[in-house]
Amino acid sequence: MKKTFSLLLALSMVLGFTLTGCSGGGSGRVVNVCGWGENIDPDLIDQFEEETGITVNYSEAESNESMYSLIKQGGTDYDVIVPSDYMIAQMIAEDMLAELNFDNIPNYSLIDDQYKNLTYDPENKYSVPYTWGTLGIIYNSAKIDEEIDSWSVLFDPQYAGQVGMIGNPRDAIGVALMYLGYSINTTNEAEIQEAYELLSEAKANGVYQGFFMDQLYDKMEGGETAICVYYAGDFLSMYANNNDLRYVVPKEGSNWFVDAMCVLKDAEHKEEAEEWINFICKTESSLANMDFIWYASPNAEALEQYPAYYAENYGEELAPELYEVMAAPADVLANCEAYLALPSDIQTLYSDLWIQLGIEG
Amino acid sequence: MRNRRGFFALPYVVWMALFVVAPIILVVVYAFSAAEGGFVIQFGSLTLHLTLDNFAKMGDYLIVFTRSFELAIIATLLCLLIGYPLAYVLARETAGVQRVAMMLIMLPMWMNFLLRTYSWMSILEDTGLLNQLFSAVGIIDLGNWINSGLNSLCAALNSGPVALLNDLLGTQWALDTARATDMEFFHMINTSGAVVLGMVYNYLPFMVLPIYSVIVKLDDSLIEAARDLGAGTSRVFRKVIFPLSLPGVLSGITMVFVPSVSTFAISKLLGGSNELLLGDLIEMQFTGMAYNPYLGSAIALVMMVIVVVCMAIMNRFGEGEEQAVML
Repeated sequence: MKKTFSLLLALSMVLGFTLTGCSGGGSGRVVNVCGWGENIDPDLIDQFEEETGITVNYSEAESNESMYSLIKQGGTDYDVIVPSDYMIAQMIAEDMLAELNFDNIPNYSLIDDQYKNLTYDPENKYSVPYTWGTLGIIYNSAKIDEEIDSWSVLFDPQYAGQVGMIGNPRDAIGVALMYLGYSINTTNEAEIQEAYELLSEAKANGVYQGFFMDQLYDKMEGGETAICVYYAGDFLSMYANNNDLRYVVPKEGSNWFVDAMCVLKDAEHKEEAEEWINFICKTESSLANMDFIWYASPNAEALEQYPAYYAENYGEELAPELYEVMAAPADVLANCEAYLALPSDIQTLYSDLWIQLGIEG
Repeated sequence: MRNRRGFFALPYVVWMALFVVAPIILVVVYAFSAAEGGFVIQFGSLTLHLTLDNFAKMGDYLIVFTRSFELAIIATLLCLLIGYPLAYVLARETAGVQRVAMMLIMLPMWMNFLLRTYSWMSILEDTGLLNQLFSAVGIIDLGNWINSGLNSLCAALNSGPVALLNDLLGTQWALDTARATDMEFFHMINTSGAVVLGMVYNYLPFMVLPIYSVIVKLDDSLIEAARDLGAGTSRVFRKVIFPLSLPGVLSGITMVFVPSVSTFAISKLLGGSNELLLGDLIEMQFTGMAYNPYLGSAIALVMMVIVVVCMAIMNRFGEGEEQAVML
């Protein structure tokens, strides 16, 4: 008797956990979405729930890599994920993504052809672009007199103690590669080593305050950090709080990224997932979302209409230079390169070098 | 009868099995395996690649281990230095004061740990609140003034006695005369000092509470007896109160040291990720560029073993003390 009871107790505990883990909210239709923090207008979720009766469980991931390892470990029930280009390529290669049924996503036709069939998904079977943008240098014009136009400032002892380097290996080693004139997708170990040495020397010279990610919002807005490397969309959020900030895509070129919506292979709510993707692609949704997250939408109509939308909502014109940061013009993009998935031995090299950089006190 | 009582412990036993024992077993299995290669063992559909390779890499991370333990030990000692007197004084106060003081000690813990640490970032920055305060009340000018004073003093010494000594001994000694005299702020953020401060701030209550709860329960008659036998205040403390409070000190040390040695949020926010700590290193294996839970588990396992050994040694030492007092 006692044994049965304890078994029951254990079972009920386990069941309790799994059930709360899965159901999420109500018995109706559900879609589980995982995107970046602060990367969607929450009103869109309410609107979608109202229109379709589908409950959206939105979770946030910190980086492509942490999203990947969460999924790889199992225990997640995401349907839609929004990784970046190179991670999509890796996930396709590892057979983690489902082919989409584009009949359920008629609004895909609204996406600018420029963002279709990109290298990470050459036949565009697995992904629908969500946002795009560039990586660049953000600097405080009140603290830096010269007009920055090169990655060189990130390695220049002249700016010792003023630079906030980006806190992830792909981007940090990437900018060093670009400064040296190499491809950000190089698999030449000597080139990557050279890029690492550049970073290491700059660190030893005290150029970096530290290696930051989202702390940069506070540090740039408050004037603590004068120069940093971050993404165009986030610059616009910072700019709203500090008008001294400037954004530049350096002359050596930069990274051009696309974040796209994908459905996981073992998604339980594929239909709902496609309905969600279709909803997000709508021009109205894209406009509202762009206004909230400041990242450019791949929806051609929305991108074109945004300045008018801004003027209507805020009663003032959107400064053209800000619009150019958001939607980088073709000549800037021509100078930019997208990240490709790196082979696993190069990923390990990046990771080892990154740890090495952290070990050097 | 015994069995019946054991039954009440069951929920906790199940909890332990599911969320403590099972994860540790997983960590051990992962630590001794790899994604491929190694010695292959097949359990039905589960394939294990057993190997010791993960531990071979540990030598590269030696400095991370020593750095993390060093910072954690400093933080623990500081907590003890601050926490013990506080707990001691508190335990001797009236009930009302104790209640209010306990509230104040617990109060910060009602706010999220990350938020508290994030606030310290804004406090310690070069343009942060503390530096704004310092410059407003003239402490930074004072620092500059002291530095320039020290500089001229050292210069005088250099040309006088030091030059004389150098002549006598044929040495090249010189005192530093280049202390900064144009500081606009005290640089505190993104240093290991800031990391230690974050640890002390966050884990101090874990030191105060156990010590306090032991001292507050001390039998006053023991202290009276010691006094009757002619012991002075400091002797009562050394021979009676401190030895009897050791169990609290030991659990305080454990509760501060263990989270300090494995922290990663504090070093990220207050240390600017400039000096990698063990927690960062482990986290990177799971969420970084090369997803390597095997190496991550191995580092975690080595850290766990070192911590357990340290604690075991310390507890044995503590037990001896306690018995000595009893005798």
